[in-house]
Amino acid sequence: MAALLEVRDLVVEFPTRRGTLRALDEVSFDIAPGEVLGVVGESGAGKSMTGAAIIGLLEPPGRIAGGSISLRGQRIDNLSRREMRRIRGKRIGAIFQDPLTTLNPLYTVGRQLTETMQTHLDIDAAEARRRAIGWLEMVGIPAAAERIDAYPHQFSGGMRQRVVIALALCAEPEMVVADEPTTALDVSIQAQVIALLKRLTREKGTSVMLITHDMGVIAETADRVAVMYAGRVAEIGPVRSVVKAASHPYSAGLMASIPPLSHRVEHLPQIDGAMPRLTAIPTGCAYNPRCPHVFDRCKVERPELLPANETRAACWLFDSHAPRERAHV
Amino acid sequence: MAAIARLWNSDLFWSFRTTPTAVISAAVALVCILGAVLAPVLAPYNPFDLASLDLMDAFNPPAFMEEGSWAHPFGTDDQGRDVLSAIMYGARVSLLVGVSATAFALALGVLVGLLAGYAGGAVDAVLMRIADIQLTFPNILIALLIDGVARAALPRELHDQLAVYVVIVAIGISEWPKFARTVRGSALVERNKEYVLAARVIGISPARIMLTHVLPNVLGPLLVLATLNLGLAILSEATLSFLGVGVPPTQPSLGTLIRIGNDFLFSGEWWIAIFPGLALVAMVLSVNLLGDWLRDALNPRLR
Amino acid sequence: MSEALVARIPEAPNFEAPIFEARDLSRAFDVSKPVLQRLIAREGKRLLRAVDGVSFAIPRGTTLSLVGESGCGKSTVARLAVGLYEPSGGEALFEGQDLAEARKSVAQRRRMQMIFQDPYASLNPRWRVADIIGEPIRAFGIANGGAALREKVGALLRQVGLSPADGNRFPHEFSGGQRQRISIARALSSNPDFLVCDEPTSALDVSVQAQILNLMKDLQRRLGLTYLFISHNLAVVRQVSDQVGVMYLGRIVESAPAERLFTTPRHPYTRALMEAIPDLDMVGKERQPVGGEVPSPINPPSGCTFNPRCPLANDRCRAERPALIAARGTPETLVACHAVEEGRDGFESRVAA
Repeated sequence: MAALLEVRDLVVEFPTRRGTLRALDEVSFDIAPGEVLGVVGESGAGKSMTGAAIIGLLEPPGRIAGGSISLRGQRIDNLSRREMRRIRGKRIGAIFQDPLTTLNPLYTVGRQLTETMQTHLDIDAAEARRRAIGWLEMVGIPAAAERIDAYPHQFSGGMRQRVVIALALCAEPEMVVADEPTTALDVSIQAQVIALLKRLTREKGTSVMLITHDMGVIAETADRVAVMYAGRVAEIGPVRSVVKAASHPYSAGLMASIPPLSHRVEHLPQIDGAMPRLTAIPTGCAYNPRCPHVFDRCKVERPELLPANETRAACWLFDSHAPRERAHV
Repeated sequence: MAAIARLWNSDLFWSFRTTPTAVISAAVALVCILGAVLAPVLAPYNPFDLASLDLMDAFNPPAFMEEGSWAHPFGTDDQGRDVLSAIMYGARVSLLVGVSATAFALALGVLVGLLAGYAGGAVDAVLMRIADIQLTFPNILIALLIDGVARAALPRELHDQLAVYVVIVAIGISEWPKFARTVRGSALVERNKEYVLAARVIGISPARIMLTHVLPNVLGPLLVLATLNLGLAILSEATLSFLGVGVPPTQPSLGTLIRIGNDFLFSGEWWIAIFPGLALVAMVLSVNLLGDWLRDALNPRLR
Repeated sequence: MSEALVARIPEAPNFEAPIFEARDLSRAFDVSKPVLQRLIAREGKRLLRAVDGVSFAIPRGTTLSLVGESGCGKSTVARLAVGLYEPSGGEALFEGQDLAEARKSVAQRRRMQMIFQDPYASLNPRWRVADIIGEPIRAFGIANGGAALREKVGALLRQVGLSPADGNRFPHEFSGGQRQRISIARALSSNPDFLVCDEPTSALDVSVQAQILNLMKDLQRRLGLTYLFISHNLAVVRQVSDQVGVMYLGRIVESAPAERLFTTPRHPYTRALMEAIPDLDMVGKERQPVGGEVPSPINPPSGCTFNPRCPLANDRCRAERPALIAARGTPETLVACHAVEEGRDGFESRVAA
């Protein structure tokens, strides 16, 4: 099936006084219609930046400096602000970590829902209100017909995030970018919201780009996963393969370092060191100073995404053509 | 050398170098300050040396006018005083009062603000209500009130001697609430931060926490406020002196010079008031623009 | 005669006593509106019972964890345990002595320290790292003279995996994980016995979290530390704890040895919480999350506070507050649940199955 969203060699740069920083460095991936792509990585890996670039909300002075983003074959990375506003909401919905950044505190949730629908769908006010109540019911707001005239501050955190989900989906977009949608919520509420997001997008056939640092959420929700590191995609593949049998040493280390709920481990596997700052990304593979399998080539040449077992990993260990200069792993 | 290199490369200095307004205002402010501080050295005449005054020189226009001469670039006043020299000496008084008053307000405000911010509860409520009440009156009214009280309370001779200090205290008291509120607000935020809790766990005394932990972290906003307030304090002093209740006429400030010149404004000798006025504007505006730049440069969200 | 003598000897430090004990510990906060508004609105005072009658004891050299969702009162317990808050009811005891009393003595105060959640707020941004770590050393007079202080700070930095040269730098030059190491070094600088750790890894990335958890476990083994560990993350709690208390709305609803709690959770809330945690083993699986939300602690439900969300709630649960008692079937577990007490929780049939 043709991809719904195609991101090719996306480069995002931030000009600063000490030179230009590359926040995203040739990021490429696809999202198929109806697919949930999880994007994971540690803070500063560039996962939120990727989401922001797709919905055209990069914070200045950040800018797209290369590559392309296409929605059903149409370039959307070079659109004007006005054209992008029409795409955002209508064709790509957005859900952020803090519902209060999405909801306008001065308007009732009903007004925000109906305005969004009337802007993007060809329906009248009465129909919009009828659908708004339907959406609130669908996302599990009790007494939706009355609560529709309440203001965002009259809802609890979990309920607000449900309203945001309704808002992101009500114009029936083809895909949703959800950036840490459950991070601010308590565990029990988090599970409710994830279950809701999963159910609704499956029913509507909406694609989801789910950005989170929580591997558990990804494992339960995503079809495929992209692991990001220092502004690059380190590995991408089916969720089961990445979670259970990651190929890239970074993804493998990341999965291993997650404390298991099922048993106690005396010494958790850990990755020493920290992700490099954007000002000091090593040459070659960005992960090479922390990698247990590093060899000479990793320090000079940057690896492309290469087929690796069931996934694709940016790691020279999987270069079948080149002579192996390394000792056995 | 290393220290200079570090300063040159620091973010703050970089922001300074790349903001033309900041550089120009700093240059203007520097000229004003140097001119004022070094007046005894730089000024062509000593306007207070009565022996050197000659009424024959009175009302000379500035140098660029037909009857003017370069002996008095900005002309002379009704006493034959060189206006440029008077401005330089006047700016000295204005600057002294402005800086001292701001320092006084800053010290008082920091003390009250830290006390209110840390003690909280009733102490905080009482101190802040006092500040609120004072903020509802215009500064100049407070300063006038204090000046009036001092005039009534002190014998005339003593008052003339102390006049400069009275003005400093009057302006300082009229401006402390802004400092107190800023410090209190920041102290309330800082004192719940975990680094303060860590100090409390090991039993560091509240006074010490306020001085060593909280105060250094509220210096940024204080510096901005002090710079912006310096301009206001200079203006307050000028206003008081213009109204004739400020510094004594024996030590004329810019405000006094403007008041004197005001009498001649409509009889053709405009330069006696206009040049001190321009000097005042240059000084206040450059200090204020510097303060604005500093506020933006220290605000991480605008960087 | 000899008995009278013994009775007059001032209380010697009791080495058998748990290092920290909470007895029916409570803390309420006044969340009333300002006096004037309250008078106008004719409202009474409003109290938030953040901690409501919590009891536990931490034996020397072990880790007790308190786990729960936001607003359950676990962080308030942490602050009560180091004397940042005064209890409004019950007792906090440090080696059998009243905590406030113990904290008056410098020798006792240096023995308790705290590690915080936010590595960006827990270090004074204007201080150099060496001064941050040196503050407790100075305050307690542990090292005399600049050279001794420098040496001690260097040793502490090495102990947490940093280099002594890092002492000259400022906090902003470090990553989150490194800052948390500095925080730990500061806590260790007074040679404490009891460390209260308030969500020490929840602001960190997972790979860094593993580093910090390993470091903390290693330090506990080497230095014989006792931890009160506060976390909302059950998986993390499982890795570090000897004993676990599950908190809900200011009360401990279940308390058990760690292995027991994770293998056989008894309280319906504990079970729901474990069910709700996304896990790597859950790839592609569906599950039923617990419904409802945590009620406001200002106006908690009557009886058992979990009753509005509990599938086992009946009239007794809505009326009568359950006591924390030994659970039927697993007596080393203490649980506050009428359903467990009455055997309505289906435990016997689950075990049989």
